Amino acid sequence: MTAMTAPAVRFVDVSRHFGEVRAVDGVSLEIADGEFFAMLGPSGSGKTTCLRMLAGFERPTAGRVELHGRDVTDLPPYERDVNTVFQDYALFPHLTVADNVAYGLTIKKVAKPEIRRRVDEALDLVCLPDYGARKPAQLSGGQRQRVALARALINRPRVLLLDEPLGALDLKLRQQMQTELKAIQRQVGITFLFVTHDQEEALAMSDRLAVFNQGRVEQVGTPAEVYERPRTVFVAGFVGTTNLLVGDLAQRLTGTPGPAAIRPERIRLLAPEALAGAGEAIAAGSIREAVYLGMHTRYTVDLDEGGELAVVAQNLDADAADAACAQGRRVRLAWEPSAIRALVG
Amino acid sequence: MRSSVRSKSGSDSRGGERAPLGLKLAALGAILFLHLPLLVVFLYAFTTDEATLTFPPPGLTLRWFSLAWQRADLWQAFSLSLRVAAVSTTVAVVLGTLAALAVVRGRFAGREMVTLLVILPIALPGIVTGIALRSGLALTGLPFSFWTIVAGHGTFCIVTVYNNVAARLRRTGRSQIEASMDLGADTFQTFRRIVLPGLATALLAGGMLAFSLSFDEVIVTTFTAGQQRTLPIWILDQLTRPRDRPVTNVTALFVIAVTTLPILLAHRLSGGGGREER
Amino acid sequence: MLRRAANFLFRHPRWALGLLLGPPLLWLGVVYLGSLAALLVQSFFHVDDFTGQVVRSFSFATYAQLFTPANLDIFRRTTVMAAAVTIAAALLSFPLAYFMARYARGRVRSMLYLGVILPLWSSYIVRVYSWKLILAKEGILSWFFSAVGMSRVLDAVLGIPGIGGPSLSFSTLGRFLVFLYIWLPYMILPIQAALERVPKSLLEASADLGAPPGKTFRKVTLPLALPGVIAGSIFTFSLTLGDFIIPGTIGDSSLFIGQAVLRHQGTAGNVPLAAAMTVVPMLIMAAYLAWARRLGAFDAL
Repeated sequence: MTAMTAPAVRFVDVSRHFGEVRAVDGVSLEIADGEFFAMLGPSGSGKTTCLRMLAGFERPTAGRVELHGRDVTDLPPYERDVNTVFQDYALFPHLTVADNVAYGLTIKKVAKPEIRRRVDEALDLVCLPDYGARKPAQLSGGQRQRVALARALINRPRVLLLDEPLGALDLKLRQQMQTELKAIQRQVGITFLFVTHDQEEALAMSDRLAVFNQGRVEQVGTPAEVYERPRTVFVAGFVGTTNLLVGDLAQRLTGTPGPAAIRPERIRLLAPEALAGAGEAIAAGSIREAVYLGMHTRYTVDLDEGGELAVVAQNLDADAADAACAQGRRVRLAWEPSAIRALVG
Repeated sequence: MRSSVRSKSGSDSRGGERAPLGLKLAALGAILFLHLPLLVVFLYAFTTDEATLTFPPPGLTLRWFSLAWQRADLWQAFSLSLRVAAVSTTVAVVLGTLAALAVVRGRFAGREMVTLLVILPIALPGIVTGIALRSGLALTGLPFSFWTIVAGHGTFCIVTVYNNVAARLRRTGRSQIEASMDLGADTFQTFRRIVLPGLATALLAGGMLAFSLSFDEVIVTTFTAGQQRTLPIWILDQLTRPRDRPVTNVTALFVIAVTTLPILLAHRLSGGGGREER
Repeated sequence: MLRRAANFLFRHPRWALGLLLGPPLLWLGVVYLGSLAALLVQSFFHVDDFTGQVVRSFSFATYAQLFTPANLDIFRRTTVMAAAVTIAAALLSFPLAYFMARYARGRVRSMLYLGVILPLWSSYIVRVYSWKLILAKEGILSWFFSAVGMSRVLDAVLGIPGIGGPSLSFSTLGRFLVFLYIWLPYMILPIQAALERVPKSLLEASADLGAPPGKTFRKVTLPLALPGVIAGSIFTFSLTLGDFIIPGTIGDSSLFIGQAVLRHQGTAGNVPLAAAMTVVPMLIMAAYLAWARRLGAFDAL
């Protein structure tokens, strides 16, 4: 594979053991140039460790890490063409914002006028012009994050790593930053690799994502693929909510003992006498619980033949009052058979 | 919201309130007990009574100050104390910082042991440290000199720097170092540009405490000094041979001043009211 | 050039650790531990009665000498004083520590903390010296007692055998006062730290469950402050056991452990005995520390 067609990042069967604990267990992954890639998983799943191995702060116990075709497994972090935005931003408190941002260039002994120009450029990119003279202690959380971003991007790395960058921000700010990060990535054109435990964030921002669980990658794909066609039980349950069908219930609804899953929003809630669509599967039951969530209502339905299903319906023409008296109501559930996904594991 | 509790041992669950009067008096008493004796010394530095014992002092004078100024042996002792403190502080700063860096940032078994070893010279009674050093040094055949005093002082001063630096390192966290290396700086560059500036005030505070500790030390010094007399040893001699009490009083006042200043500065540098332990 | 060294250290973190730990461990290990070992070894030598020379062969003879009535007296005297000072220090410190932890805020608290720290770190020898002046017969304490008309009480106290003496500065009581004065800050700070750690919610819960303030104090505050008291007692006990300057300056000619050690290793030339005597306070403190650790005092440090 020539350097031109080599993927931006490549993990080749990478493992990281801490004594008995396998933080990362045989991960192989390829990330293409210019991708916005997410590593998604619960805490302890190994995603952060993989990021750190790419950055150079951890050394794999086995396997190799490649950057643009070059084996960097043994290289210290300061020799890799990668920069990181840390979870706690890690700004240097004794330096001004400008000095913080310029740090990478100062180390490389770039000429002063050039540094100044690029610092201004970087601060403009993150929408913090004229903040150069301030100190990190004077900035808000969101502002610090932008400075951290500028500090990393100014070095024009070929890959940018972001370690749970939006975790410390409140909801509104987080959504705003998601949009901005996407825009910046498109503008700068480099590969972004970010780690998160928030599946909504991963779905919203990434071009492709990898779902981690207990040190292994369970699925890699676009957000649509991972959401609509989950491969394993874990992925189905972690990315969005789902109804897990096993045993008896699975046998009845799918014809095989499972495991299988169907998303709550793919099940239609009908009145008992209403007609189902052609080709739809049906089941009858009664509503055990209805939780009004503003935008939609989540129902838990006890099936007549046993088992229960969660159903989510948009509140198109229903409201809180309806939800309140829905309990006990007889309903009929209908769904497309293709909405049921067979799962592994 | 105020309430006054009458009983002495009442615990008021609404904090920030008036403490019971009895408690306040007892606390005040303790504070006075701690500080009044030194004021007595200050007072006696000015008394006209040559034996400087009678209270109230018959008169006040500045005579003793000029007398003290002319005492060559006093200046010698002072100069020795100063030099010992300076060198010991340097040794303590270097060794204490290295040890703190290793223990806080390193991953190895036995970190607790290192901490214990650093604390031991100051945890064991001075006499143990003193006599141990004396017999140890006697074994090597080294003459008791400036350097043996420094050997003693340096050893127990390490802990003050170590504690300060370790506390600061723990507060700082690793991510700054990683960020620096991520941006292209190797270990040495990171140390120079990021770690050291972050430690600056902790080093200063620890160093000043070490200076104060060394300047004032007397127990271990009696064992490790040969013929030399540091200032505290000079005062110690005066205790058992009370000839020049007025001059001793002046010296005492001076020593308090010299050792108080670094403590105040160190307190300010540590963020005032910090929990740095001895 | 330097970069290559950095790369090497990065790839071999053990070397980096060695470079960091080496110098301090070397110094402390050789200078300090080595000396302690030398001391311990010496305690197993003994002095030949005839020649007065140190015989370098292993024996318990020197340790046997510890059990003479005179030496046992010294141990008893020192230990009793250490215990008395510890108890008195605890009693005197508690109100101040309590006030600092519970009631003092902001500037007052900062000032008080400074007020305790300063004596702790400022000159030990000057502070001892100050009491020589205070306790003198013509000094401020005598003046005070006669000013309030209590000089006869003072004389009566001085007449008590075991505590008193010809004058304050030659009495056991005098020694006691000086010890108390010097070690007081060592007791205040751990108690204050322990009291600060008592969450206010515990006291509120106690009150909420119906306990009057006195009971809350006895059942909640005091037990939680106990580790702090014990931590402070470690200092006061250990420091008293080893000190020779205070008993040498104030009080009569009865010896404390520290003075005996000094005497033996000095002109008497009996380093083995001095070493053996040093081991005694070390053993006492080791036992004390083990017991204190069980009671959780180490967390209060």
